[in-house]
Amino acid sequence: MSNFLTSSIGKKFILSLSGLFLIAFLCVHLALNLLLIFDNSGDLFNIGAHFMATNPIIKIVEPILAIGFILHIVLASILTIQNQKARPIKYARRNQGGNCEWSSRNMYILGAVVLIFLAVHLYNFWWNIKFPTLGTPLAETTVDGVAMEDTYLLVSSLFKTSVVYCLLYILGGIFLGLHLTHGFWSAFQSIGFCNQIWRKRLECLAKIFAFIIAVGFCIIPLYFMLGFAGN
Amino acid sequence: MADKILKELTLKIWRQKDAKSKGGFETYKIHNVSTGSSFLEMLDILNEQLVSENKEPVAFDHDCREGICGTCSLFIDGRAHGPDDDVTTCQLHMRRFEDGATITIEPWRCGAFPVIKDLIVDRGAYEKILQAGGYVSVNTGGVPDGNAIPIPKDKADEAMDAAACIGCGACAATCKNSSAMLFVAAKVSQLALLPQGKVEAARRAKAMVAKMDELGFGNCTNTGACESECPKSISIEHIARLNREFLKAKLKD
Ligand code: HEM
Ligand code: SF4
Ligand code: FES
Repeated sequence: MSNFLTSSIGKKFILSLSGLFLIAFLCVHLALNLLLIFDNSGDLFNIGAHFMATNPIIKIVEPILAIGFILHIVLASILTIQNQKARPIKYARRNQGGNCEWSSRNMYILGAVVLIFLAVHLYNFWWNIKFPTLGTPLAETTVDGVAMEDTYLLVSSLFKTSVVYCLLYILGGIFLGLHLTHGFWSAFQSIGFCNQIWRKRLECLAKIFAFIIAVGFCIIPLYFMLGFAGN
Repeated sequence: MADKILKELTLKIWRQKDAKSKGGFETYKIHNVSTGSSFLEMLDILNEQLVSENKEPVAFDHDCREGICGTCSLFIDGRAHGPDDDVTTCQLHMRRFEDGATITIEPWRCGAFPVIKDLIVDRGAYEKILQAGGYVSVNTGGVPDGNAIPIPKDKADEAMDAAACIGCGACAATCKNSSAMLFVAAKVSQLALLPQGKVEAARRAKAMVAKMDELGFGNCTNTGACESECPKSISIEHIARLNREFLKAKLKD
Protein backbone atom coordinates (compact mmCIF):
# COMPACT_ATOMS: atom_id res chain seq x y z
CA MET A 1 0.00 0.00 0.00
CA SER A 2 2.98 2.29 0.61
CA ASN A 3 3.22 3.91 -2.81
CA PHE A 4 -0.50 3.71 -3.55
CA LEU A 5 -1.01 7.42 -2.95
CA THR A 6 1.92 8.43 -5.13
CA SER A 7 0.69 6.33 -8.08
CA SER A 8 -1.43 7.99 -10.74
CA ILE A 9 -4.30 5.51 -10.39
CA GLY A 10 -4.16 5.68 -6.59
CA LYS A 11 -4.58 9.44 -6.63
CA LYS A 12 -7.39 9.16 -9.15
CA PHE A 13 -9.06 6.59 -6.89
CA ILE A 14 -9.12 8.98 -3.94
CA LEU A 15 -10.21 11.85 -6.19
CA SER A 16 -13.12 9.73 -7.40
CA LEU A 17 -14.19 8.61 -3.95
CA SER A 18 -14.09 12.18 -2.67
CA GLY A 19 -16.01 13.29 -5.78
CA LEU A 20 -18.67 10.63 -5.25
CA PHE A 21 -18.93 11.61 -1.59
CA LEU A 22 -19.43 15.24 -2.61
CA ILE A 23 -22.13 14.07 -5.05
CA ALA A 24 -23.94 12.29 -2.20
CA PHE A 25 -23.71 15.47 -0.16
CA LEU A 26 -25.10 17.52 -3.06
CA CYS A 27 -28.17 15.26 -3.23
CA VAL A 28 -29.01 15.82 0.44
CA HIS A 29 -28.23 19.52 0.18
CA LEU A 30 -30.44 20.02 -2.86
CA ALA A 31 -33.34 18.06 -1.38
CA LEU A 32 -33.23 20.26 1.72
CA ASN A 33 -32.89 23.49 -0.25
CA LEU A 34 -35.88 22.72 -2.40
CA LEU A 35 -38.01 23.08 0.75
CA LEU A 36 -37.37 26.81 0.25
CA ILE A 37 -39.68 26.98 -2.74
CA PHE A 38 -42.41 24.69 -1.50
CA ASP A 39 -43.49 26.77 1.46
CA ASN A 40 -43.48 30.57 1.30
CA SER A 41 -44.03 30.86 5.04
CA GLY A 42 -40.58 29.32 5.46
CA ASP A 43 -41.63 26.93 8.23
CA LEU A 44 -40.81 23.81 6.22
CA PHE A 45 -37.29 24.99 5.41
CA ASN A 46 -36.70 26.22 8.96
CA ILE A 47 -37.68 22.84 10.38
CA GLY A 48 -35.33 21.15 7.89
CA ALA A 49 -32.45 23.51 8.67
CA HIS A 50 -33.05 23.20 12.41
CA PHE A 51 -33.04 19.42 12.11
CA MET A 52 -29.74 19.49 10.23
CA ALA A 53 -28.18 21.96 12.67
CA THR A 54 -29.08 19.92 15.74
CA ASN A 55 -28.73 16.36 14.42
CA PRO A 56 -25.71 14.56 15.96
CA ILE A 57 -25.05 12.60 12.74
CA ILE A 58 -24.71 15.84 10.82
CA LYS A 59 -22.24 17.05 13.46
CA ILE A 60 -20.05 14.06 12.61
CA VAL A 61 -20.52 14.35 8.85
CA GLU A 62 -19.67 18.06 8.73
CA PRO A 63 -15.91 17.70 9.36
CA ILE A 64 -15.81 14.65 7.05
CA LEU A 65 -17.38 16.80 4.37
CA ALA A 66 -14.72 19.46 4.86
CA ILE A 67 -12.03 16.77 4.56
CA GLY A 68 -13.74 15.46 1.40
CA PHE A 69 -13.59 18.91 -0.18
CA ILE A 70 -9.98 19.45 0.83
CA LEU A 71 -8.90 16.02 -0.45
CA HIS A 72 -10.72 16.60 -3.73
CA ILE A 73 -9.20 20.02 -4.28
CA VAL A 74 -5.67 19.07 -3.20
CA LEU A 75 -5.59 15.92 -5.37
CA ALA A 76 -7.17 17.72 -8.33
CA SER A 77 -4.47 20.39 -8.03
CA ILE A 78 -1.61 17.88 -7.77
CA LEU A 79 -2.89 15.90 -10.76
CA THR A 80 -3.42 19.03 -12.84
CA ILE A 81 0.08 20.37 -12.10
CA GLN A 82 1.65 17.00 -12.97
CA ASN A 83 -0.37 16.87 -16.18
CA GLN A 84 0.81 20.35 -17.16
CA LYS A 85 4.42 19.32 -16.59
CA ALA A 86 4.04 16.15 -18.66
CA ARG A 87 4.06 18.24 -21.87
CA PRO A 88 6.85 20.83 -21.56
CA ILE A 89 6.55 21.96 -25.19
CA LYS A 90 2.98 22.59 -26.32
CA TYR A 91 1.57 22.05 -29.79
CA ALA A 92 1.45 25.07 -32.08
CA ARG A 93 -1.83 23.86 -33.52
CA ARG A 94 -4.35 21.79 -31.64
CA ASN A 95 -7.79 20.63 -32.66
CA GLN A 96 -9.43 18.77 -29.80
CA GLY A 97 -13.02 19.63 -30.61
CA GLY A 98 -13.84 16.35 -32.31
CA ASN A 99 -11.93 14.26 -29.79
CA CYS A 100 -13.60 14.82 -26.47
CA GLU A 101 -16.17 16.91 -24.62
CA TRP A 102 -15.33 20.48 -23.66
CA SER A 103 -16.24 19.87 -20.02
CA SER A 104 -13.89 16.88 -19.78
CA ARG A 105 -11.00 19.08 -20.92
CA ASN A 106 -11.76 21.90 -18.50
CA MET A 107 -12.53 20.11 -15.24
CA TYR A 108 -10.03 22.12 -13.21
CA ILE A 109 -11.35 25.44 -14.45
CA LEU A 110 -14.93 24.36 -13.85
CA GLY A 111 -13.95 23.13 -10.38
CA ALA A 112 -12.14 26.39 -9.61
CA VAL A 113 -15.24 28.42 -10.50
CA VAL A 114 -17.29 26.14 -8.24
CA LEU A 115 -14.72 26.78 -5.51
CA ILE A 116 -14.99 30.56 -5.83
CA PHE A 117 -18.74 30.22 -5.67
CA LEU A 118 -18.39 27.94 -2.65
CA ALA A 119 -16.37 30.57 -0.78
CA VAL A 120 -19.02 33.24 -1.37
CA HIS A 121 -21.75 30.77 -0.46
CA LEU A 122 -20.10 29.77 2.80
CA TYR A 123 -19.65 33.40 3.70
CA ASN A 124 -23.30 34.21 2.91
CA PHE A 125 -24.92 31.48 4.96
CA TRP A 126 -22.70 29.08 6.83
CA TRP A 127 -20.61 31.85 8.42
CA ASN A 128 -23.68 33.73 9.63
CA ILE A 129 -25.35 30.59 10.94
CA LYS A 130 -22.24 29.27 12.71
CA PHE A 131 -20.95 32.53 14.08
CA PRO A 132 -24.01 34.70 14.67
CA THR A 133 -22.02 36.89 17.03
CA LEU A 134 -19.47 37.80 14.33
CA GLY A 135 -21.78 38.35 11.40
CA THR A 136 -25.37 39.51 11.29
CA PRO A 137 -27.20 37.76 14.14
CA LEU A 138 -29.98 35.42 13.01
CA ALA A 139 -33.58 36.25 13.79
CA GLU A 140 -35.52 33.79 15.94
CA THR A 141 -38.77 32.19 14.96
CA THR A 142 -41.09 29.58 16.41
CA VAL A 143 -42.48 26.69 14.42
CA ASP A 144 -45.03 24.46 16.18
CA GLY A 145 -43.94 25.83 19.53
CA VAL A 146 -40.23 25.13 18.96
CA ALA A 147 -37.95 28.15 18.96
CA MET A 148 -35.32 28.09 16.20
CA GLU A 149 -33.16 30.32 14.01
CA ASP A 150 -35.03 31.87 11.08
CA THR A 151 -32.74 30.50 8.39
CA TYR A 152 -35.45 31.05 5.81
CA LEU A 153 -35.31 34.79 6.42
CA LEU A 154 -31.55 34.79 5.94
CA VAL A 155 -31.75 33.02 2.59
CA SER A 156 -34.89 34.65 1.23
CA SER A 157 -33.82 38.18 2.09
CA LEU A 158 -30.50 37.68 0.31
CA PHE A 159 -32.19 36.47 -2.87
CA LYS A 160 -35.02 39.00 -2.69
CA THR A 161 -32.68 41.96 -2.32
CA SER A 162 -29.74 41.13 -4.54
CA VAL A 163 -30.02 40.29 -8.22
CA VAL A 164 -26.22 40.03 -8.34
CA TYR A 165 -26.20 37.23 -5.76
CA CYS A 166 -29.06 35.49 -7.56
CA LEU A 167 -27.10 35.53 -10.82
CA LEU A 168 -23.97 34.32 -9.02
CA TYR A 169 -25.85 31.39 -7.53
CA ILE A 170 -27.34 30.53 -10.91
CA LEU A 171 -23.88 30.59 -12.49
CA GLY A 172 -22.56 28.42 -9.66
CA GLY A 173 -25.29 25.87 -10.37
CA ILE A 174 -24.52 25.81 -14.08
CA PHE A 175 -20.78 25.35 -13.58
CA LEU A 176 -21.38 22.62 -11.01
CA GLY A 177 -23.65 20.88 -13.52
CA LEU A 178 -20.97 21.09 -16.23
CA HIS A 179 -18.38 19.69 -13.79
CA LEU A 180 -20.69 16.77 -13.15
CA THR A 181 -21.54 15.96 -16.80
CA HIS A 182 -18.02 14.58 -16.93
CA GLY A 183 -17.25 14.00 -13.25
CA PHE A 184 -20.16 11.68 -12.57
CA TRP A 185 -19.25 9.01 -15.11
CA SER A 186 -15.50 9.66 -14.86
CA ALA A 187 -15.57 8.72 -11.18
CA PHE A 188 -16.95 5.27 -11.99
CA GLN A 189 -14.42 4.79 -14.79
CA SER A 190 -11.60 5.74 -12.39
CA ILE A 191 -12.58 3.16 -9.80
CA GLY A 192 -12.83 0.53 -12.53
CA PHE A 193 -16.61 0.23 -12.50
CA CYS A 194 -17.18 0.58 -16.21
CA ASN A 195 -17.29 -1.45 -19.40
CA GLN A 196 -18.71 -1.06 -22.90
CA ILE A 197 -22.33 -1.41 -21.72
CA TRP A 198 -22.08 0.53 -18.46
CA ARG A 199 -20.23 3.35 -20.15
CA LYS A 200 -23.29 4.26 -22.21
CA ARG A 201 -25.52 3.99 -19.15
CA LEU A 202 -23.22 6.04 -16.93
CA GLU A 203 -22.65 8.75 -19.51
CA CYS A 204 -26.40 9.08 -19.98
CA LEU A 205 -27.01 9.02 -16.24
CA ALA A 206 -24.30 11.67 -15.77
CA LYS A 207 -26.09 14.05 -18.15
CA ILE A 208 -29.43 13.51 -16.42
CA PHE A 209 -27.92 13.88 -12.95
CA ALA A 210 -25.94 16.99 -13.89
CA PHE A 211 -29.08 18.50 -15.40
CA ILE A 212 -31.11 17.82 -12.24
CA ILE A 213 -28.39 19.31 -10.02
CA ALA A 214 -27.94 22.40 -12.20
CA VAL A 215 -31.64 23.06 -12.63
CA GLY A 216 -32.36 22.24 -8.98
CA PHE A 217 -29.85 24.71 -7.64
CA CYS A 218 -30.69 27.41 -10.22
CA ILE A 219 -34.42 27.25 -9.64
CA ILE A 220 -34.13 28.49 -6.04
CA PRO A 221 -32.58 31.94 -6.67
CA LEU A 222 -34.78 32.24 -9.80
CA TYR A 223 -37.88 31.61 -7.69
CA PHE A 224 -37.04 34.47 -5.35
CA MET A 225 -35.68 36.74 -8.09
CA LEU A 226 -38.89 36.45 -10.10
CA GLY A 227 -40.93 37.27 -7.03
CA PHE A 228 -42.77 33.98 -6.57
CA ALA A 229 -42.11 34.14 -2.85
CA GLY A 230 -43.65 37.62 -2.58
CA ASN A 231 -41.65 40.66 -1.53
CA MET B 1 -11.40 7.59 -61.39
CA ALA B 2 -8.46 9.74 -62.19
CA ASP B 3 -6.82 11.35 -59.21
CA LYS B 4 -6.99 15.11 -59.02
CA ILE B 5 -3.90 17.23 -58.69
CA LEU B 6 -3.37 19.64 -55.80
CA LYS B 7 -1.58 22.51 -57.53
CA GLU B 8 -0.02 24.05 -54.48
CA LEU B 9 0.29 23.23 -50.80
CA THR B 10 2.03 25.18 -48.04
CA LEU B 11 3.70 23.01 -45.42
CA LYS B 12 4.62 24.34 -41.99
CA ILE B 13 7.01 21.73 -40.66
CA TRP B 14 8.86 21.50 -37.34
CA ARG B 15 12.61 21.34 -37.99
CA GLN B 16 15.05 20.48 -35.23
CA LYS B 17 18.68 19.54 -35.87
CA ASP B 18 19.04 17.14 -32.94
CA ALA B 19 17.70 16.43 -29.46
CA LYS B 20 19.62 19.35 -27.95
CA SER B 21 18.86 22.03 -30.55
CA LYS B 22 15.97 24.40 -30.13
CA GLY B 23 14.07 23.86 -33.36
CA GLY B 24 11.34 25.86 -35.06
CA PHE B 25 8.87 25.90 -37.92
CA GLU B 26 9.98 26.12 -41.56
CA THR B 27 7.55 26.83 -44.37
CA TYR B 28 7.77 24.99 -47.71
CA LYS B 29 5.75 25.13 -50.92
CA ILE B 30 5.05 21.94 -52.81
CA HIS B 31 3.39 21.71 -56.24
CA ASN B 32 1.35 19.23 -58.24
CA VAL B 33 0.63 16.56 -55.64
CA SER B 34 -1.78 13.82 -56.70
CA THR B 35 -4.74 13.32 -54.34
CA GLY B 36 -4.04 9.60 -54.74
CA SER B 37 -0.66 9.83 -53.03
CA SER B 38 -0.35 9.09 -49.34
CA PHE B 39 0.68 11.74 -46.85
CA LEU B 40 4.10 10.15 -46.46
CA GLU B 41 4.54 10.02 -50.27
CA MET B 42 3.84 13.73 -50.29
CA LEU B 43 6.65 14.17 -47.74
CA ASP B 44 8.88 11.96 -49.94
CA ILE B 45 8.23 14.35 -52.85
CA LEU B 46 9.08 17.30 -50.63
CA ASN B 47 12.31 15.60 -49.56
CA GLU B 48 13.37 14.94 -53.17
CA GLN B 49 12.74 18.60 -53.85
CA LEU B 50 14.85 19.57 -50.79
CA VAL B 51 17.69 17.22 -51.81
CA SER B 52 17.73 18.65 -55.34
CA GLU B 53 18.04 22.11 -53.77
CA ASN B 54 20.94 20.82 -51.65
CA LYS B 55 18.93 21.20 -48.46
CA GLU B 56 18.58 18.78 -45.57
CA PRO B 57 15.52 16.52 -46.06
CA VAL B 58 12.86 16.37 -43.35
CA ALA B 59 13.37 13.42 -40.98
CA PHE B 60 10.20 11.47 -40.20
CA ASP B 61 9.50 7.93 -38.97
CA HIS B 62 7.98 5.28 -41.23
CA ASP B 63 8.37 1.61 -41.99
CA CYS B 64 5.54 -0.66 -43.16
CA ARG B 65 3.45 2.12 -44.71
CA GLU B 66 0.36 -0.04 -44.38
CA GLY B 67 -0.81 0.70 -40.85
CA ILE B 68 0.56 -2.33 -39.03
CA CYS B 69 3.94 -1.47 -37.56
CA GLY B 70 3.21 1.67 -35.55
CA THR B 71 6.36 3.47 -36.66
CA CYS B 72 4.82 6.49 -38.38
CA SER B 73 3.59 9.34 -36.22
CA LEU B 74 3.04 13.09 -36.90
CA PHE B 75 0.63 15.65 -35.48
CA ILE B 76 -1.07 16.99 -38.60
CA ASP B 77 -3.20 20.15 -38.42
CA GLY B 78 -3.70 19.71 -34.70
CA ARG B 79 -4.55 16.01 -34.72
CA ALA B 80 -2.53 12.84 -34.20
CA HIS B 81 -2.25 10.84 -37.45
CA GLY B 82 -4.11 13.64 -39.24
CA PRO B 83 -7.78 14.44 -39.79
CA ASP B 84 -9.10 10.90 -40.44
CA ASP B 85 -10.30 8.58 -37.68
CA ASP B 86 -8.95 5.06 -37.23
CA VAL B 87 -5.96 5.39 -39.55
CA THR B 88 -2.23 5.86 -39.14
CA THR B 89 -0.42 8.68 -40.92
CA CYS B 90 0.86 6.24 -43.56
CA GLN B 91 -2.76 5.36 -44.41
CA LEU B 92 -3.77 9.01 -44.76
CA HIS B 93 -4.31 10.22 -48.32
CA MET B 94 -3.87 13.64 -49.86
CA ARG B 95 -7.50 13.62 -51.03
CA ARG B 96 -8.30 14.73 -47.47
CA PHE B 97 -6.72 18.12 -48.22
CA GLU B 98 -7.86 21.05 -50.35
CA ASP B 99 -5.81 22.69 -53.06
CA GLY B 100 -4.00 25.71 -51.65
CA ALA B 101 -4.19 24.47 -48.05
CA THR B 102 -1.60 25.17 -45.37
CA ILE B 103 -0.73 22.00 -43.44
CA THR B 104 0.97 22.19 -40.04
CA ILE B 105 3.12 19.16 -39.22
CA GLU B 106 4.53 18.69 -35.71
CA PRO B 107 6.23 15.84 -33.88
CA TRP B 108 4.45 14.10 -30.96
CA ARG B 109 4.63 16.54 -28.04
CA CYS B 110 5.06 14.66 -24.81
CA GLY B 111 7.78 15.03 -22.21
CA ALA B 112 8.35 11.28 -22.18
CA PHE B 113 8.82 11.24 -26.01
CA PRO B 114 11.71 13.66 -26.60
CA VAL B 115 12.33 14.88 -30.16
CA ILE B 116 15.44 13.32 -31.71
CA LYS B 117 15.37 15.14 -35.04
CA ASP B 118 12.72 17.10 -36.95
CA LEU B 119 9.54 15.02 -36.69
CA ILE B 120 11.10 11.94 -35.10
CA VAL B 121 10.60 11.34 -31.38
CA ASP B 122 12.07 8.69 -29.11
CA ARG B 123 9.24 6.35 -28.15
CA GLY B 124 11.55 4.17 -26.06
CA ALA B 125 9.38 5.02 -23.05
CA TYR B 126 6.72 2.61 -24.36
CA GLU B 127 9.36 -0.16 -24.71
CA LYS B 128 10.41 0.46 -21.12
CA ILE B 129 6.83 0.10 -19.91
CA LEU B 130 6.56 -3.19 -21.82
CA GLN B 131 9.82 -4.42 -20.37
CA ALA B 132 8.47 -3.72 -16.90
CA GLY B 133 5.78 -6.38 -17.26
CA GLY B 134 4.07 -6.51 -20.63
CA TYR B 135 4.84 -10.19 -21.19
CA VAL B 136 4.01 -13.71 -20.06
CA SER B 137 6.82 -15.75 -18.52
CA VAL B 138 7.19 -19.08 -20.29
CA ASN B 139 9.43 -21.97 -19.23
CA THR B 140 11.54 -23.60 -21.89
CA GLY B 141 10.58 -27.09 -23.02
CA GLY B 142 8.40 -28.67 -25.66
CA VAL B 143 5.96 -26.53 -27.62
CA PRO B 144 2.64 -26.55 -25.68
CA ASP B 145 -0.55 -27.46 -27.53
CA GLY B 146 -2.16 -24.18 -28.56
CA ASN B 147 -5.66 -25.49 -27.85
CA ALA B 148 -4.92 -27.25 -24.55
CA ILE B 149 -6.41 -24.40 -22.49
CA PRO B 150 -9.97 -23.54 -23.55
CA ILE B 151 -10.66 -19.79 -23.80
CA PRO B 152 -14.21 -18.43 -24.15
CA LYS B 153 -14.78 -16.78 -27.51
CA ASP B 154 -15.84 -13.39 -26.07
CA LYS B 155 -12.72 -13.20 -23.90
CA ALA B 156 -10.51 -14.19 -26.84
CA ASP B 157 -12.16 -11.48 -28.95
CA GLU B 158 -11.68 -8.81 -26.29
CA ALA B 159 -8.04 -9.80 -25.82
CA MET B 160 -7.57 -9.68 -29.58
CA ASP B 161 -9.08 -6.18 -29.76
CA ALA B 162 -6.64 -4.99 -27.10
CA ALA B 163 -3.76 -6.74 -28.85
CA ALA B 164 -4.42 -4.63 -31.97
CA CYS B 165 -2.40 -1.82 -30.33
CA ILE B 166 0.65 -1.07 -32.49
CA GLY B 167 2.39 1.12 -29.89
CA CYS B 168 2.36 4.21 -32.10
CA GLY B 169 2.11 6.66 -29.20
CA ALA B 170 -0.82 8.67 -30.58
CA CYS B 171 -2.70 8.15 -27.31
CA ALA B 172 -0.14 9.96 -25.17
CA ALA B 173 0.55 12.47 -27.95
CA THR B 174 -3.08 13.51 -28.23
CA CYS B 175 -4.04 13.33 -24.56
CA LYS B 176 -4.27 16.76 -22.92
CA ASN B 177 -2.51 15.18 -19.93
CA SER B 178 0.09 13.26 -21.98
CA SER B 179 -1.19 10.11 -20.32
CA ALA B 180 -0.10 6.71 -21.63
CA MET B 181 -3.07 4.94 -20.04
CA LEU B 182 -4.62 3.66 -23.28
CA PHE B 183 -1.40 1.97 -24.35
CA VAL B 184 -0.76 0.48 -20.90
CA ALA B 185 -4.41 -0.57 -20.60
CA ALA B 186 -4.30 -2.32 -23.97
CA LYS B 187 -1.17 -4.24 -23.00
CA VAL B 188 -2.45 -5.14 -19.52
CA SER B 189 -5.89 -6.16 -20.86
CA GLN B 190 -4.60 -8.25 -23.70
CA LEU B 191 -2.81 -10.50 -21.20
CA ALA B 192 -5.10 -10.25 -18.15
CA LEU B 193 -8.03 -11.55 -20.20
CA LEU B 194 -6.28 -14.81 -21.05
CA PRO B 195 -5.57 -17.71 -18.65
CA GLN B 196 -1.87 -17.69 -19.56
CA GLY B 197 -1.61 -14.02 -18.60
CA LYS B 198 -3.79 -14.08 -15.48
CA VAL B 199 -1.06 -15.71 -13.39
CA GLU B 200 1.11 -12.58 -13.45
CA ALA B 201 -1.74 -10.07 -13.80
CA ALA B 202 -1.29 -8.38 -10.40
CA ARG B 203 2.47 -7.99 -10.65
CA ARG B 204 2.17 -6.83 -14.26
CA ALA B 205 -0.40 -4.10 -13.56
CA LYS B 206 1.62 -2.71 -10.65
CA ALA B 207 4.97 -2.81 -12.48
CA MET B 208 3.69 -1.25 -15.70
CA VAL B 209 1.79 1.53 -13.95
CA ALA B 210 4.80 2.29 -11.75
CA LYS B 211 7.01 2.51 -14.85
CA MET B 212 4.49 4.70 -16.66
CA ASP B 213 4.37 7.13 -13.71
CA GLU B 214 8.15 7.11 -13.31
CA LEU B 215 8.70 8.03 -16.98
CA GLY B 216 6.69 11.23 -16.52
CA PHE B 217 3.47 10.50 -18.38
CA GLY B 218 0.48 12.44 -17.03
CA ASN B 219 -2.59 11.26 -15.13
CA CYS B 220 -5.65 10.06 -17.02
CA THR B 221 -8.81 12.17 -16.62
CA ASN B 222 -11.01 10.01 -18.85
CA THR B 223 -11.50 12.58 -21.61
CA GLY B 224 -11.58 9.77 -24.19
CA ALA B 225 -9.46 11.72 -26.70
CA CYS B 226 -7.03 8.77 -26.96
CA GLU B 227 -9.76 6.42 -28.08
CA SER B 228 -10.89 8.86 -30.80
CA GLU B 229 -7.36 9.24 -32.14
CA CYS B 230 -6.15 5.65 -31.74
CA PRO B 231 -5.64 4.22 -35.24
CA LYS B 232 -6.69 0.82 -33.91
CA SER B 233 -9.80 2.12 -32.07
CA ILE B 234 -8.68 0.67 -28.75
CA SER B 235 -11.56 1.35 -26.34
CA ILE B 236 -11.15 3.11 -23.01
CA GLU B 237 -13.10 0.25 -21.45
CA HIS B 238 -9.61 -1.27 -21.23
CA ILE B 239 -8.60 1.69 -19.05
CA ALA B 240 -11.42 0.77 -16.66
CA ARG B 241 -10.02 -2.78 -16.62
CA LEU B 242 -6.50 -1.48 -15.95
CA ASN B 243 -7.87 0.58 -13.04
CA ARG B 244 -9.59 -2.54 -11.70
CA GLU B 245 -6.52 -4.72 -12.10
CA PHE B 246 -4.29 -2.14 -10.45
CA LEU B 247 -6.64 -1.38 -7.54
CA LYS B 248 -7.24 -5.11 -6.92
CA ALA B 249 -3.52 -5.79 -6.91
CA LYS B 250 -2.80 -2.89 -4.54
CA LEU B 251 -5.59 -3.76 -2.12
CA LYS B 252 -4.19 -7.28 -1.84
CA ASP B 253 -0.73 -6.01 -0.87
C1 HEM C 1 -19.44 20.09 -4.89
C2 HEM C 1 -18.36 20.16 -5.54
C3 HEM C 1 -17.72 19.10 -6.40
C4 HEM C 1 -18.19 17.88 -6.82
C5 HEM C 1 -19.51 17.23 -6.49
C6 HEM C 1 -17.16 17.29 -7.64
C7 HEM C 1 -17.24 16.04 -8.23
C8 HEM C 1 -16.25 15.46 -9.01
C9 HEM C 1 -16.26 14.13 -9.52
C10 HEM C 1 -17.34 13.09 -9.27
C11 HEM C 1 -15.11 13.94 -10.24
C12 HEM C 1 -14.67 12.68 -10.98
C13 HEM C 1 -13.54 12.00 -10.26
C14 HEM C 1 -12.67 11.14 -11.14
O1 HEM C 1 -12.90 10.94 -12.30
O2 HEM C 1 -11.69 10.64 -10.63
C15 HEM C 1 -14.38 15.16 -10.19
C16 HEM C 1 -13.17 15.37 -10.83
C17 HEM C 1 -12.43 16.52 -10.75
N1 HEM C 1 -12.73 17.63 -9.98
FE1 HEM C 1 -14.41 17.89 -8.87
N2 HEM C 1 -16.10 18.15 -7.73
C18 HEM C 1 -16.40 19.28 -6.98
C19 HEM C 1 -15.59 20.38 -6.78
C20 HEM C 1 -14.33 20.56 -7.35
C21 HEM C 1 -13.44 21.64 -7.08
C22 HEM C 1 -13.73 22.76 -6.08
C23 HEM C 1 -12.32 21.45 -7.88
C24 HEM C 1 -11.05 22.27 -8.05
C25 HEM C 1 -10.62 23.28 -7.48
C26 HEM C 1 -12.52 20.27 -8.64
C27 HEM C 1 -11.62 19.78 -9.58
C28 HEM C 1 -11.72 18.54 -10.18
C29 HEM C 1 -10.76 18.01 -11.14
C30 HEM C 1 -9.50 18.69 -11.67
C31 HEM C 1 -11.20 16.74 -11.48
C32 HEM C 1 -10.46 15.77 -12.38
C33 HEM C 1 -11.09 15.55 -13.68
C34 HEM C 1 -11.34 14.08 -13.94
O3 HEM C 1 -10.59 13.23 -13.48
O4 HEM C 1 -12.31 13.77 -14.60
N3 HEM C 1 -13.74 19.73 -8.29
N4 HEM C 1 -15.09 16.08 -9.43
S1 SF4 D 1 -3.42 2.40 -27.84
FE1 SF4 D 1 -3.79 3.11 -29.96
S2 SF4 D 1 -2.91 5.18 -30.00
FE2 SF4 D 1 -2.06 4.17 -28.18
S3 SF4 D 1 -0.14 3.25 -28.85
FE3 SF4 D 1 -1.71 1.66 -29.10
S4 SF4 D 1 -2.40 1.87 -31.23
FE4 SF4 D 1 -1.30 3.78 -30.76
S1 FES E 1 4.52 3.12 -41.20
FE1 FES E 1 3.86 1.27 -40.23
S2 FES E 1 2.01 1.94 -39.31
FE2 FES E 1 2.54 3.68 -40.49
